[in-house]
Amino acid sequence: MASVSAQEGFHAPGPADFEFPPIFTVAGFEFTKPMLVIVLGTVFVGGLFVAVSRNFALVPGRLQFAAEGAYNFVRDNIVPDMIGKEGRKFVPYLATLFFFIAVLNISGIIPFLQLPATSKIAIPMFLAIISWIIFNAVGIGRQGFVGYFRNMMFPPGVPKWLLPLLAPLEFLSTVIIRPITLTLRLSLNMFAGHLVLLLTFLGGEYLLFEYGGVLGAVTGVGAWMFGIIMTFLEAFIQFLQAYIFTLLSAAYIGGAMSEHH
Amino acid sequence: MEGNLNLVGYGLAAIGAGVGVGLIFAAYINGVARQPEARSILQTIAFTGFALVEALAIIGLGMAFVL
Repeated sequence: MASVSAQEGFHAPGPADFEFPPIFTVAGFEFTKPMLVIVLGTVFVGGLFVAVSRNFALVPGRLQFAAEGAYNFVRDNIVPDMIGKEGRKFVPYLATLFFFIAVLNISGIIPFLQLPATSKIAIPMFLAIISWIIFNAVGIGRQGFVGYFRNMMFPPGVPKWLLPLLAPLEFLSTVIIRPITLTLRLSLNMFAGHLVLLLTFLGGEYLLFEYGGVLGAVTGVGAWMFGIIMTFLEAFIQFLQAYIFTLLSAAYIGGAMSEHH
Repeated sequence: MEGNLNLVGYGLAAIGAGVGVGLIFAAYINGVARQPEARSILQTIAFTGFALVEALAIIGLGMAFVL
């Protein structure tokens, strides 16, 4: 975290707080803190599920119960609602997506990491592109190339005079807006949440130690208390955003599978 | 005092999305209160709608930092 300099007054945290100096450099490749978070998150998720699936028991232990419960949440709640019975083969992808995003999000409130890696736009962008490729490929595979775009742009039952307006809008919203909103929603939610946490904790620190006095002490402690409350809210939002990314990916796949949407 | 007027504009723009999210969850709570067994279906719909409305506020935030 950036420290506050006493002479120049308080500097509100901004986008510059998301730029990190490289931890080490290998042949011109800079390894930064977000990459560290990604590596740790991947190792954690992979390790957890490998450890659980290594020895399945008929009567699940505590760890297996938790992992199965979380996996079943994707399989039984998200997929049947959004895709239907045929959605079974997308469960592994969607579950991976959910856990990867959830762990990278939650790293924002884990002490010493304290950086939601998904606030770097590259990661949600990459995940959104994968989802985009999958739902378009499913749609084209199901309905044929022409059929997919015809069903998308010229849905049956729409008055003829509306079509010139509707067709480009539908194309734009499905092919271009969808991956962009998936990316921005996740990335900027994490970005904004991290900014709020930085603001409350750095602001509290400034009020308490630099501003000083009774007023500074009272407001500084108040800001920290608010920061703790915001941390819990942030934890909720981090899981919610992972859920929403998975839910929307599933909805897009489901929409591409059915001819009428 | 330093800062960026963009963020004030973003705050104003977020009112719209705030009202929208409020309406969605008001309807969701109404629906569950009237028909508690429909909760799981309504939940999915409510969160899908929430995500779509929230996207507007989020795009606004992105614009506030980019522009």
